[in-house]
Amino acid sequence: MSSVVEFFTALSRYDFLQSALITAIMVGIMSGIIGSFIILRGMSLMGDAISHAVLPGVAVAYMLGINVLIGASVFGILAAMLIGFVAAHSKIKTDTSIGVVFSAFYALGFILISMAESSTNLHHILFGNILAVSDSDIMTTAVVLGIVLLFVVAFYKELLITSFDATYAQTYGLNVQVLHYGLMLVLTLVTVSALQTVGIILVVAMLITPAATAYLWTDKLSTMLVLSALVGVVSSITGLYFSYTLNWASGPAIVLVAAGLFVVSFIFSPKQAFIKFRAPAKAKKNARQLPVISAQQKAKEVH
Amino acid sequence: MLAITDLTVAYDDTPVFADVAVTFNKGKITGIIGPNGAGKSTLIKAILGLVKSQSGAAEYDGEPLKHFQKQIAYVEQRKDLDLTFPVDVFTLTETGTYGRLGLFRNPGKKEQEETRSALAQVGLEEYAQRQIGNLSGGQLQRVFVARAIVQQAEIIILDEPFVGIDLQSETAIMKILKQWRDEGKTIIVVHHDLNKVSRYFDDLVVMNHGIIDYGPVQAVYNSKNIEQAFSADLSSVLFTAKEVAH
Repeated sequence: MSSVVEFFTALSRYDFLQSALITAIMVGIMSGIIGSFIILRGMSLMGDAISHAVLPGVAVAYMLGINVLIGASVFGILAAMLIGFVAAHSKIKTDTSIGVVFSAFYALGFILISMAESSTNLHHILFGNILAVSDSDIMTTAVVLGIVLLFVVAFYKELLITSFDATYAQTYGLNVQVLHYGLMLVLTLVTVSALQTVGIILVVAMLITPAATAYLWTDKLSTMLVLSALVGVVSSITGLYFSYTLNWASGPAIVLVAAGLFVVSFIFSPKQAFIKFRAPAKAKKNARQLPVISAQQKAKEVH
Repeated sequence: MLAITDLTVAYDDTPVFADVAVTFNKGKITGIIGPNGAGKSTLIKAILGLVKSQSGAAEYDGEPLKHFQKQIAYVEQRKDLDLTFPVDVFTLTETGTYGRLGLFRNPGKKEQEETRSALAQVGLEEYAQRQIGNLSGGQLQRVFVARAIVQQAEIIILDEPFVGIDLQSETAIMKILKQWRDEGKTIIVVHHDLNKVSRYFDDLVVMNHGIIDYGPVQAVYNSKNIEQAFSADLSSVLFTAKEVAH
């Protein structure tokens, strides 16, 4: 308990810890929201691929001294388009196409990074370094969060219908492809932001685990988005606490907390019903509404 | 009238059908029948623009069908949908208004009222809040029909709407189709159950890699066409007894 007090004391005292907390919260929100759409569209593997494929973009941005977001976006979208192109123009299925494209991009990224920067930076890119976020990093993350919220609010109904029933959206004339690439672009931006907190290898966990956790608790999309963001935030803050207190790497700490929340949900959520402490009551209530008379009731009536 | 001319569709150089010409009339329920792989679903997907056609035109009242895109409702076969998706019956039905609303406008009171009324018409108003995975196949199909009602389309295309559903749902859906017909809409139904052809449809299209015949059911639903599309055996089972009785 004293370590929690210590953590909050340190939080009030050190700017770097405050910056880390603010960034972690923002990343938790954005990855939770975008991650929800990624898992609902059955694109978890795509999320993993895009998050790895931005690596060469990050390296090029370092080399040219431009904003990392720009370099990463270019390569993220390029990877998404290449994956789509290979799958559409050959008999190769999408998951295989994803495997081929993203590993090539990732490999290219490694080589470019080693040419551009020292190995310390590579370590930070791979595993995250949330305790070293700068003010400009916070600003960039805030801008990305703004874009994510704007995108989801503006295109909520389009994201809903294309995630559930893309064919229908196509029949009424919605440009499903444009929306797909729009989502991929936003995903790339989120990836780059999350890169600071959890690192490139674990970005996919921030996208998928909180969303999967929320998915177990609700049957409503809007609730899922809010819950997922909340799980993302709780994981980020708690992970940061472990990272600071136990001197763990921030990325793995955050991801382990998220995974822990998933396990708890897996066991206790009503939708999963792994432990059915709520289900019998509900089933009983439903059964009462059925016009069928149970054998027990019948026996009672006979008496 | 919806008129299709010279329609050719091929998947990777394998033609499904070539130079198809067929018309669908307003105020009629038109059934499309044919054996598996005859190209029934491909025909409607080509009309909807969901599969690429090598040639052909679709016109509605003399104008390109493309101009009426928002006037077409499509109730597809349900097999590919994710039934665990976090969406309830009401929201799914409400998606029928999305095309009309366009970008940046959300369903308001009027759309919600229309949604409620559509659900009442298919007898599912009490299920509005239910997640779609908790419905029977028939109930789910009724939800998709309710969405087509909400869409207020002039042309409604249904792909095998009666497969694997209960009789109550089938009756409810048929009632809506007849209502649409009486409102002068064009209704196209891909169908496989030959027994119900004369009861359900006004017009009929018989297909097998091309159009074998089309027109009013009385004129088209005969042993010759069924023999040509399916087999002589099936034709004799369906028609011989009837013809002998005559």
